[in-house]
Amino acid sequence: MQYSLAENNEPEGSGQVKGKQKKKFVTAKTMPYLLLAPILILFSIFYVYPIIYSVLLSFQTRVRGEYVFAGLKNYSRLIEDPIFYKALGNSMIILVIQVPLMLTLAVLMAVALNSSFLKLKGLFRIGFFSPVLTSLVAASVIFMLLLNKDYGLFNYVITSIGFQPIGWLSDGYWPLVTLIIVTTWRWAGYNMVILLAGLQNISNDLYEAASIDGASKVKQFFYITLPQLKPVLLVTFIMSTIGSFQLFDEPYTLTGGGPNNRTLTLTLYLYQHGFTYFDFGYASAITYAVVLIVAILSIVQFKLAGEKE
Amino acid sequence: MKQSNQTLKKTLLYLALIIGVLITIIPFYWMIIGATNKSGDVFNIPPTFLPGSNLLENLTNLNESILIWKSLFNSLFIAITYTLIGLVLCAAAGYAFAKFDFKGRNVIFVILILSMMIPYQATIIPLFQLFAKLDWMNTYSAVILPQLVYVFPIFLMRQNMKALPDSLIEAARIDSAGEFYIFFRIALPTMKPALAAVAIFLFNHQWNNFMWPLVVMNTKDMFTLPVALSTLAGQDSIDYGQAMLGTTISVLPVIVIFLFMQKHFVSGILGGAVKG
Repeated sequence: MQYSLAENNEPEGSGQVKGKQKKKFVTAKTMPYLLLAPILILFSIFYVYPIIYSVLLSFQTRVRGEYVFAGLKNYSRLIEDPIFYKALGNSMIILVIQVPLMLTLAVLMAVALNSSFLKLKGLFRIGFFSPVLTSLVAASVIFMLLLNKDYGLFNYVITSIGFQPIGWLSDGYWPLVTLIIVTTWRWAGYNMVILLAGLQNISNDLYEAASIDGASKVKQFFYITLPQLKPVLLVTFIMSTIGSFQLFDEPYTLTGGGPNNRTLTLTLYLYQHGFTYFDFGYASAITYAVVLIVAILSIVQFKLAGEKE
Repeated sequence: MKQSNQTLKKTLLYLALIIGVLITIIPFYWMIIGATNKSGDVFNIPPTFLPGSNLLENLTNLNESILIWKSLFNSLFIAITYTLIGLVLCAAAGYAFAKFDFKGRNVIFVILILSMMIPYQATIIPLFQLFAKLDWMNTYSAVILPQLVYVFPIFLMRQNMKALPDSLIEAARIDSAGEFYIFFRIALPTMKPALAAVAIFLFNHQWNNFMWPLVVMNTKDMFTLPVALSTLAGQDSIDYGQAMLGTTISVLPVIVIFLFMQKHFVSGILGGAVKG
């Protein structure tokens, strides 16, 4: 036994000890439980209980101020809810456009910063990483100024080169484009730093061998860099996917989900039902739809990445 | 020929990087321009490209509309308290998982890891009801307590604690040092870099936390900075001088931490995915 020494230090036979010396409570055996107790208590109250309770809530509906069991009513309502599909569609568009766009930029920046001859690497790295210093709300507020339709810097540049001003937060699908711009600005550098660390773990021998065989830089990128980077790319891809389904701060601040729900995300929709309409049952059903989608997507991504190997 | 081709490529790369960094930095510069000019002046055509002298007036107005100093205090108090408590809890749990062999260890660990799969939004409604019932709405505890349950930093601490040599702990036990003494005086001090990274991770998490404080804080004097900023942005006619100054104030503390702890900062923000 690993801890026999500590235990032997304690007096044996409790009858003898009573009154003289209290039996030591904190030993190597009890210590791990003492260390874990606070977090496990908090975990039960603030995580396990709410998760179970929200599952139950998703099967309930409010009748005259009281929540009563309603079977699958919330879920069948969800399946027929056009606004839910709208929000799901928006999250999907962001996933399909924003995530690849951002990760491509991140890979390009990381590969560029990994060039052996490059000077001032640290400065470039800090530059690209700096948006991470802002909170998502702060980032959104800054872009509200930049993207103001009448006076923003973006439209100033666009109109000076002869185009019509764009209603970044109001017209057509531009609000969704705005959301993509803001999230890409905020997160590209974050992913770049992770990918950069992945690049630095790729052995130089691979590139040297390829150069000797006469492989061009572009070929080296596609046949060495990308395959070697795959595990790290997968991590960033999964994190970004989960992130795009949880998108809340930016659309709440920038557009409130509008106009016409064009920037409504699933999390924003669940917030609206929970805290604007106080329909906790339906909001919980939306939550579990999100949980399910995120879980499925993560599994699919892992599978896809595994099969190719 | 080949030589000049290389030079051209290098020049293009530098050019692309410089343009990229400029695009990344411009929003920050514009934030400063906005914070130091009158709201209307930001919108001159052509726009002002230089900082103005309206900082103090913006500050006075800002403090009237969102109680900026109280919000800054709320954010700092909540984030610092949360970081200190969270750090001890995560380190304790990480130490238990890494350095003790006890009944239920693997089961508990797997449950915690699996719980990470469920997004925190799933907890928000029941927690809202719980805090309403306890009459704890609009309090610091309401923001701090639920966030303390954060599995990822526990996992990080466990990974780091594994590097702590068992011989060090055994030697202390032979010297009949108490278990808490070993944890606080031997384990924690050797874990300083990991603690710094996890502290930054926790601080940043709470500093940027938005949805939950938005749900539980309902008076101006209790708003955290992101919540206060979002109320500014939600107004029909936004005073950009105020909004940009508020944003600047909300970014400054993070910049200060970044400048002083750059090495730990990167690994902290990225959650150990990268060693600084």
